Amino acid sequence: MVKQKIVLRFPPNIVEQPIIYMMIKDFDLMVNILRADINPRKEGRLMMEVSGENADYQRAMAWLKEQGLIITNLEQQIIWREDRCTHCGACTVICPTGALHFERPSMNVQFDQDKCIVCELCLRACPARAMETPIDNALFR
Amino acid sequence: MKVNRSIEEINAKIKKGKAVVLTAEAVIDLVEQKGSIEAAASVDVVTTGTFGPMCSSGVFLNVGHSSPRIKLTEAYLNGVPAYAGIAAVDLYLGATALPAADPANRNYPGEFLYGGGHVIEDLVSGKEVRFEGFSYGTDCYPRRKVDTIIRLDEINEATLFNPRNAYQNYNVAVNRGEKTIYTYMGVLKPNLGNAYYSTAGQLSPLFNDPYLKTIGLGTRIFLGGGIGYVAWHGTQHNPSAARTDKGIPRDPAGTLALIGDLKQMNARWLRGLSFLGYGATLQVGLGIPIPILNEEIMQYCAVRDDDIIAPVTDYYKDYPNLEDGNLGYVSYAELKSGLINLEGGKIPTASLSSYAGAREIAITLKEWIESGRFLLTEPSTKLPSAEADIVLKSMPQRDPEKREDD
Ligand code: SF4
Ligand code: SF4
Repeated sequence: MVKQKIVLRFPPNIVEQPIIYMMIKDFDLMVNILRADINPRKEGRLMMEVSGENADYQRAMAWLKEQGLIITNLEQQIIWREDRCTHCGACTVICPTGALHFERPSMNVQFDQDKCIVCELCLRACPARAMETPIDNALFR
Repeated sequence: MKVNRSIEEINAKIKKGKAVVLTAEAVIDLVEQKGSIEAAASVDVVTTGTFGPMCSSGVFLNVGHSSPRIKLTEAYLNGVPAYAGIAAVDLYLGATALPAADPANRNYPGEFLYGGGHVIEDLVSGKEVRFEGFSYGTDCYPRRKVDTIIRLDEINEATLFNPRNAYQNYNVAVNRGEKTIYTYMGVLKPNLGNAYYSTAGQLSPLFNDPYLKTIGLGTRIFLGGGIGYVAWHGTQHNPSAARTDKGIPRDPAGTLALIGDLKQMNARWLRGLSFLGYGATLQVGLGIPIPILNEEIMQYCAVRDDDIIAPVTDYYKDYPNLEDGNLGYVSYAELKSGLINLEGGKIPTASLSSYAGAREIAITLKEWIESGRFLLTEPSTKLPSAEADIVLKSMPQRDPEKREDD
C-alpha cells in the first residue's frame, strides 16, 4: 500500500480530460482531492492524496507523465525557513489546518509538514516571508 | 520602603559579577511565593524584551563625500528613497519607505516585498547596497549624480533612530466587516474571523515600569542586538491613558524614542517585514533592564498576563475613521491562549510580536548584565508620565483658505 500527497500540474491542452476518473477506474486508486485550481492561462493544478497498491500507483504515475502532467510530492512544496521565522505567530490563525501552530506555553511556532495541505495562505500572510515554495507560484497567484 | 538600592550599588555588584538578574517572566513566581519585599531584597535587576513590528523606525546615514562632491537632494538605497533634506550627504531612511516603482496596492492586496525595513536589514547584514543620488549642482558641490555601491562598514555613521518604539499596550485588531481586510495588524478575516495582538505582555518593557519610574532619558538598553539608549519619550506618548487598579494602562499609552549605533547591531533583531496590503516595516528587538530600587519597582515587575488588558478594536470601520470606542477589553492571558470571547462568540487569536523572541532578548540581556559587559545607567532626566496630563491630539480639519493668522 502507498499513500502519498501529490500535486498534478496540467498544461492547458489537457485541463479538460477526466484524469481522476481514469485514476480511479483504470488504476484502482483511492483519490482524495485537497485543492484544485485553474489559472487564467488555463493551466490547472490539482492537489490530492492518492492511495492504493504500490504497483498500481507506479503505473498511474507513469501514465500521468505520459499525458504531459507534471507531478510533485506535496511534502516538498511548502518550506518553513526557520532561519527567517521570527516566531511571531501571525500565520497560526491563517493556516487552516494547524500545520503552523504555537507550542504553548513556550509560544514557539512549529510547522507540522504532515498537516500542510499547501493552500499557500501562509506565503503572503507571513510578514517575514519565512514560508516558501520552490515551485513557481507566480503562475498560480 | 523596606528595600532601598541605588543604580550605583547595582553597578558595583555587576562589575564584581555578583548581580542577581531575573527576566520579567521568571520574576513573577518569585514575587508570588516570597512577596515583593523579600524578592526585592534578593534581586538587583529584572530584564524585559519585545520583538515586534515597529513602524516609526529608521536610520540616519552619513554616506561620506564623493569626489567631486555632491549635495544630495534625492537619494535611493536599493531603489528605496531616503530623506536627503538634512545636509550634503546626511540621510534618513525610514522603515516604511517604498521604491517609487513598487506597485503598492494597485494590485490589491500589494505584497510590499522590499522597503526601508529590508534595506536596514540588508545594511546590518553587511550586504552591498546600491546607492543612487541626485542634485542640482552648486559651485561647492558640483556633482549632479552618483551611482555606486555602499556597505555599512564603509560609511561614516549609521545611527538607528526610532521616534516611536516600545508601545506600552496596543489594540487587539478585529474586522467586523463583511470582507477580508489587509492591515498593519495583519490579515483580518471578516465577521470577527480572527484577532491579532501585538505586544509581548508580561515581558514587554513598559508594562514592567508602567509609570516610567526607572526608565528615563539615557537609559541603556538592548537594541537590535546591540546597545542603544532611550533618546526621548516616543511620538504619540500618551502616559495619561486610563489605567487598571495595578497601574497598567488599558489602552495604547507610553512610547519611547530609541537611538543606537547600527554598526554593532545584527539582522537577527532587525528584520524587514512585508505586510500584505499595507506596506513594509521593520521588526525591532529591544530589551530594557529595570533596576530593582525598592519593593514598589519589584511589584511592578511581577506583572503577569492576567493583569494586562487590551482594547479590542474594529479595523474595518472604527480604526480607519478615527472613531472612539472599542468592542471591550481582553487580557493577555486570554489572548495567548489562542481564543478570546467576544460578542458571544469565540475568536481565534495570534500575535504579530514574537513572544519567543521577547524571551530570548530578556535572557540575552540578563546574560550581558551577569557577565559584567552591560552596566545600568542613571537616567539624566525623567520622561513625562501619568501626572504630565498629556492629551493625545488628532489633526485639525480646517479650510486652508481661511487662515486665522492672516
Ligand atoms: S508568520 Fe512567518 S515569521 Fe511569523 S511565525 Fe509564522 S512563519 Fe514564522
Ligand atoms: S500552505 Fe496552508 S496548510 Fe500549509 S502551512 Fe501554509 S497555511 Fe498551513
